[in-house]
Amino acid sequence: MADRPASDISARGNLPPLELHVPEPPFRPGDPVDYSYLEIPAAGLLPRPDEACAAKETHPLCDGLIRVMGDDHCAVGAWDPKLDPETLRRMLRVMALTRAFDDRMYRGQRQGKTSFYMKCTGEEATSVASAFALADDDMVFPSYRQQGILIARGYPLTEMINQIYSNRADKLKGRQLPIMYSSREHSFFSISGNLATQYPQAAGWAMASAIKGDTRIAASWIGEGSSAEGDAHAAFTFATVFNAPVVFNIVNNQWAISSFSGFAGAERATFAAKAVGYGIAGLRVDGNDALAVYAAMRWAANRARSNGGPTLIEHFTYRAEGHSTSDDPGQYRSAHEREEWPLGDPIMRLKRHLAALGEWTEDQHAAMDLELIEQVKAATKEAEKNGVLGHGMHHPFHTMFEDVFEELPWHLEEQADQAIRERRTKWPEWKES
Amino acid sequence: MSVLEEGPVSLADAPVRRLNMIEAINDALSVMMERDSNVVVFGEDVGYFGGVFRATAGLQKKFGKNRVFDTPINECGIIGAAVGMGAYGLRPVPEIQFADYIYPGLDQLISEAARMRYRSAGEFTSPITVRSPFGGGIFGGQTHSQSPEALFTHVAGIKTIIPATPYDAKGLLISAIEDNDPVIFFEPKRIYNGPFSGNYDKPVEPWARHPDSAVPEGYYSIPLGKARIVREGEALTVLAYGTMIHVAEAVLADMGVDAEIIDLRTLVPIDIETVEKSVQKTGKVLIIHEATRTCGYGAELSALVQERCFYHLEAPIERVTGFDTPYPHSLEWAYFPGPVRIGEAVDRLLKA
Repeated sequence: MADRPASDISARGNLPPLELHVPEPPFRPGDPVDYSYLEIPAAGLLPRPDEACAAKETHPLCDGLIRVMGDDHCAVGAWDPKLDPETLRRMLRVMALTRAFDDRMYRGQRQGKTSFYMKCTGEEATSVASAFALADDDMVFPSYRQQGILIARGYPLTEMINQIYSNRADKLKGRQLPIMYSSREHSFFSISGNLATQYPQAAGWAMASAIKGDTRIAASWIGEGSSAEGDAHAAFTFATVFNAPVVFNIVNNQWAISSFSGFAGAERATFAAKAVGYGIAGLRVDGNDALAVYAAMRWAANRARSNGGPTLIEHFTYRAEGHSTSDDPGQYRSAHEREEWPLGDPIMRLKRHLAALGEWTEDQHAAMDLELIEQVKAATKEAEKNGVLGHGMHHPFHTMFEDVFEELPWHLEEQADQAIRERRTKWPEWKES
Repeated sequence: MSVLEEGPVSLADAPVRRLNMIEAINDALSVMMERDSNVVVFGEDVGYFGGVFRATAGLQKKFGKNRVFDTPINECGIIGAAVGMGAYGLRPVPEIQFADYIYPGLDQLISEAARMRYRSAGEFTSPITVRSPFGGGIFGGQTHSQSPEALFTHVAGIKTIIPATPYDAKGLLISAIEDNDPVIFFEPKRIYNGPFSGNYDKPVEPWARHPDSAVPEGYYSIPLGKARIVREGEALTVLAYGTMIHVAEAVLADMGVDAEIIDLRTLVPIDIETVEKSVQKTGKVLIIHEATRTCGYGAELSALVQERCFYHLEAPIERVTGFDTPYPHSLEWAYFPGPVRIGEAVDRLLKA
């Protein structure tokens, strides 16, 4: 038996008291913004390892930044996906359509047509270019800011607006918060709202695809803030253990509502670097460079589809607008950040690239923008025929109780009767339309 | 009980073996894996080793590593992956090694699996069955003894099943796996090897001497949402499930009370008709569960009975439960709602 304590660390008198580190973003409201501390390598510098390489060959890329479009707007380097101009124009159009849609829906919320909206301004490439790099039947497990994927896959805008308005044509029967879409037909998984829960689900879906000897892969998106959730760790662990054909995307847009990326660990390591500890492939990409995003996703998708296993892609980008219509970023960050963001705007960059190729003009772009505004306007009008939120044109009352279970149990049938009775008590003339 | 009445197919010719509850569960998994190639079984230690309680013994050898496998120690991942597999079209049957460890998976169960059908208006569903041993009486301490069923019965969109016999365990598990909604299947581990009278100082009775250990080979199912009348009686109605069915049977037999004992089997959706009919007949209700008392499933039962049978009641409803403490190790039997606690409640009911 020891006659004295095991530890001999007693001489602590000379040490300063312990200090808690609470991260603080570099800029607050009113501050001038200087992003010169960010390491932004020139385009075209990084090597592109073979898609079948050992995961650790990619790990140096986790501290770099894959960029394809240079300052002269030309595509350079090993990651240039060499897309044809027609594909580039389609990609540009979907990104611009996503932005036009966001602008219109944001205004709709301000006009009281719905309760809530979330824009993806500045992040369009992370969704749209990724969607272009996946097969249309690859299953995506999105977060709430990947409307670009749904639009890229041709989901009707009117259906999206019906959902946003929770009206009687809403395919989700008015049950979900606006923008929490779901479309099995478009291999677009039901959006949760609880953060990062879709990550282990994507791993599980990918495992199922492998169990069945399928050829489809899964891809999932979360923000850098929600990469702190335990679900992300669960997903990486399952994916690496079972070599699941899944691509994990972390959209690092610098802000999780009011918390800057430092609260998810960005002061110590990149988000792509998480791949290192799990032994999976990792890529870090300029999220405002649509060509780089496409190239990274294509690399990861090809790898997953050939039993090469999971890849983690960090998309380094900037959330140009508030978190949602319920947020005022002016309260916590400098308005100059958006102007000073060194990676520019994804739509403008792709536009200039196409122009540099001689495949696009300012006039064409202006005409396209007008056309897209009209397209969104027409879809909005169509959706409004089925009502906007709070104007009575919702799904029948009984639907509130359906789909809790496959079959309605007795207690829900009783509660449905009660809900309808209450309605009749308040409005004796009420009839379900 | 009659096997012939319950099965959807004729079991008249099916060979009948004497199985304990673990063997019956293993048999159910095997039957379903054979019938449906979409059934997959996974969890901590369930693959090569066959589970810490042996519930999945032999399954990996029989069905291959693609369908029966070990997982990382991460309940969030186990349930989350199951949700994703369910969305793909598989019928996952994950095991959570102890119900006490299910909490890291709760967000995936409550916010995801339970609401998948609702939030996607039926586009995506979670046809998963989460098996988990639960309950105390095995000196498991506060982390291997809990009965968290009320956490799940409180959630819209989850079915909660608790079998009390090998025959039921097999038939109910088969129904749970076939069900297109998420099911929590809690296995009372105290009675894995034999029914339990509540007298912990007496030797364990093996299942082989119990009539409900007669388990037919092959497929049969017991409908979810249907209670079992264990014993008909006139003096009072016992509402219970799992281990407490056997404790109640033993105590009431010892006391010579003509009780009607109802094994609820499914907590949600509950078989309210069977409950109502019995209470209308006896006028007296004794609810027993091992879980903590406050906001336990007994509170719901009590409320349902008084809402629907108030004018038939001849005495205040009695609730016999575990205490509102963590499950203690050395004082396990002081916690357990055993013969003394049940006996006192029966006396009060009979004197009322």
